[in-house]
Amino acid sequence: MLLPRKGCIGIQLLLVQIILLLLCSPLRAALMDEQDLAVLADGSYTDKRELVTSLPDRPGATALLPVLQTMLGGDLYLSESGQLISVTDADNDQYRIADLDSGDVTLADSKGDLKRVRINNSVRRILRRTIAQLQLRADDPAMRLAAVNQIIEKVDSDSVAIIREYYSDEQDTEVREAMAVVLAVGDLRTGDVALAGAAIETLSTSLEPVALNTLQQFMQGTDSALLARQAQDAIDAIEARVAVYENIETLYFGLSFGSVLVLAGIGLAITFGVMGVINMAHGELIMLGAYTTYVIQQLMPDMIGISIIIAIPAAFLVSALAGILMERLVIRHLYGNPLETLLATFGISLILQQTVRTIFSPLNKSVITPDWMSGLLEVNSVLSLTWNRLYIIVFCLMVFLALVFVMKKTPLGLQVRAVSQNRNMARAMGVRSQWVDALTFGLGSGIAGVAGVALSLITNVGPNLGQAYIIDSFMVVVFGGVGNLLGTLFAGMSLGVMNKVLEPSAGAVLAKILILVFIILFIQKRPQGLFPQRGRAAEG
Amino acid sequence: MKKSILKSLAIPAALLASSITFAADSIKVGVLHSLSGTMAISETTLKDTMLMLIEEQNKKGGLLGKKLEPVVVDPASNWPLFAEKARELIEKDKVAAVFGCWTSVSRKSVLPVFEELNNILFYPVQYEGEESSKNVFYTGAAPNQQAIPAVDYLMNDVGVERWVLAGTDYVYPRTTNKILEAYLKAKGVADADIMINYTPFGHSDWQSIVSDIKKFGSAGKKTAVVSTINGDANVPFYKELGNQGLSAEDIPVVAFSVGEEELSGIDTGPLVGHLAAWNYFMSVDSKANKKFIKDWQKFIGSKERVSNDPMEAHYIGFNMWVKAVEKAGTTDPEAVQKAIIGVEVPNLTGGTAKMLANHHITKPVLIGEIQDNGQFDVVWETDDLVPGDAWSDHLPGSKDIVADWTDKLGCGNYNTKTKKCSGQNY
Repeated sequence: MLLPRKGCIGIQLLLVQIILLLLCSPLRAALMDEQDLAVLADGSYTDKRELVTSLPDRPGATALLPVLQTMLGGDLYLSESGQLISVTDADNDQYRIADLDSGDVTLADSKGDLKRVRINNSVRRILRRTIAQLQLRADDPAMRLAAVNQIIEKVDSDSVAIIREYYSDEQDTEVREAMAVVLAVGDLRTGDVALAGAAIETLSTSLEPVALNTLQQFMQGTDSALLARQAQDAIDAIEARVAVYENIETLYFGLSFGSVLVLAGIGLAITFGVMGVINMAHGELIMLGAYTTYVIQQLMPDMIGISIIIAIPAAFLVSALAGILMERLVIRHLYGNPLETLLATFGISLILQQTVRTIFSPLNKSVITPDWMSGLLEVNSVLSLTWNRLYIIVFCLMVFLALVFVMKKTPLGLQVRAVSQNRNMARAMGVRSQWVDALTFGLGSGIAGVAGVALSLITNVGPNLGQAYIIDSFMVVVFGGVGNLLGTLFAGMSLGVMNKVLEPSAGAVLAKILILVFIILFIQKRPQGLFPQRGRAAEG
Repeated sequence: MKKSILKSLAIPAALLASSITFAADSIKVGVLHSLSGTMAISETTLKDTMLMLIEEQNKKGGLLGKKLEPVVVDPASNWPLFAEKARELIEKDKVAAVFGCWTSVSRKSVLPVFEELNNILFYPVQYEGEESSKNVFYTGAAPNQQAIPAVDYLMNDVGVERWVLAGTDYVYPRTTNKILEAYLKAKGVADADIMINYTPFGHSDWQSIVSDIKKFGSAGKKTAVVSTINGDANVPFYKELGNQGLSAEDIPVVAFSVGEEELSGIDTGPLVGHLAAWNYFMSVDSKANKKFIKDWQKFIGSKERVSNDPMEAHYIGFNMWVKAVEKAGTTDPEAVQKAIIGVEVPNLTGGTAKMLANHHITKPVLIGEIQDNGQFDVVWETDDLVPGDAWSDHLPGSKDIVADWTDKLGCGNYNTKTKKCSGQNY
């Protein structure tokens, strides 16, 4: 079952909310009296918890769902006349003020005299439970399933009783299965031997953490050797399945970390790999891309979702321009002097950092992750994949393919390869090698900028962003084989996976060290990297 | 390793003398905060705070009838450079006192300089303790003024039974977690219920660690994360928590290094409900605090700028120094060191801060929940002021050690069992 947490459920919730608003609004006034409203306005957190807990027992309480959901989101306000109001941000710095009783929506510049209903963690926890409890009565099976899944996270005797009440009437098989897990947990906890066998059977097919925990507790507490063995078998079965999913998860983490490495390194694969320039300012070109994303978001605050897409070409242009300037003004005078190039580009990286620090202040800037990129793809309760990482993997592959296309299929790519293989021969054939140098460096730099867009979504956008990635970038390029794009892809991905496999047992610090040691040893054995260049270019 | 080579290559940033007045009868105050490099993000604000405090004092007529003159230098987040710049401030500029440093390693780097030249350093940041120097005044929190009360709150008020101690891999988190681990075990928490995790500086790929925390937290017992993760790495950490669907209600994170300043640079959405333990919050409703925020925003020229805990520490430290100088009638460091012990000044949360004999101060401890506007809602605070404890009572090595810089002991590392003052003077 694939269940995107955001997106379709959100729309369904919205629809249900609208329907509820239309159908039940007169009821709500009767559901909340003045005393309740006073608690919402000024009551202590304990009073609010008690109020929320008492709500499901009131007849027709489902009408309160929109109120509770607004409250959970922190958007619930009270007007002076005791109306429940939802206030959310609208475009152009305005607020969208919606009366939850009448459904009237107005736009306003300020919140006026509205009083916010303040909540804290303990109230949020109760709100979530209460909402789940009310949603069990919903008509939509997906919503009921979400409610049961919410309850499953913390099963106690109350929730078992509630589920038991709804179980017999439930028609949907998926919801029934989820409910059965809750009931089985309840049965097993009572220690009733008559119920235990069937309950263990039910739990052995569930991946919910509560199932495993309950089985383990039961095993320690039971006197019956037969049941204990049955429980042990169930635990083994669950753990075997969990282990499989955990391996998939590790692989996914590794690939996504690897794709970040590839993105950071692939621009360098061109400037360092193809042109042989040791560009210490590569990280700062990534940083420029990240700042471009930030600036674009500032320019179009109402279109966060699109701004990321627009930032991609913009960041490419900004970084490519910076790269071409660097090449024309500094690097071209230093071709053939690797040490001078290293020092000069290192100087440029410091200048770029301090420039950004002067313009944007040393404080980190926040790039907002668009809604369509946040949240998770929940495969089951053990395995869930985060959307933003999934997009980054896809994005990395797209950038890689685009780059391979440019290098293999376009005239520019042909000239770049010609110049890098034999500069004099290429010039004799009429290739303007200086022009090609500038464009190649621009291309590599532009790709670094594009990487900056992706990185801005997962890490800090600050003046030091580049420093964090420069070592990794060189590592990937050297490991993959200098001058080989495919090598960079394989190197990045395999280093990513290796890192994530090591990390749980060795810790993040040691994992990094081990990877570095591995690369040093590998380079000793194969100085040319994973995919050495062949032919005449390699000998030169 | 490469990074340190790069750093040492860095051109020492030019000295930024802020004032060109060469009045003969002025008192010079050194400000030793990084204005470039990694730590500039946090330390620049403290430099500005000091400039504001000095300007205000000058408006009030200066000190001992003389004007105060700030001398600002930039140690550029480079630890050895901190020591050089400190020496320059004391020997060349002849400053009466220095306000500065953020990281513990920078403090450790300047410590020998201050002891050799017998000057004064006011250190405004919460730190790991296990130190008390004759020449340093610690106006930030010691572990018993931040970490221990935060754990008490989680244990008693939230009912946490399983603990993740996550930190950046350097001296402050390592020592703090050692103290916390000893404390938790003394409270009867089993080994299996404590998970300790260290990550490198600026760690940005939190996927597997957050996933581990999620698994650790699904054992059916209430779980919390005690985070000593440093500055920059926090943003991707909280983002990943949000992405993997771990909300503050399931597994709250209480942080010791996340304040208003850090929150102002990030999208607070995924952080709402998580906790932080400090001795000051910008949202504290007190007269002194309102005035301080007003003055600060006016000085810096922006209504958007926030105040934070280390700023309050400088506010307290500076006022204590002023009072001690007035009491001693001179800025001579030796006299001020004697005079300042016992000095009381109001803090910004409506209480009083007192300089103790161990060179630490009394502070209230507040726990705040992060709100979506980047501010903290105070959910718990200690009844009384907590006196800073230089040597933790929870570590076997330092249990019996006390610091007392009055004439009674005159030692920062006195073992009450062997009745000996250790050779080191901090």
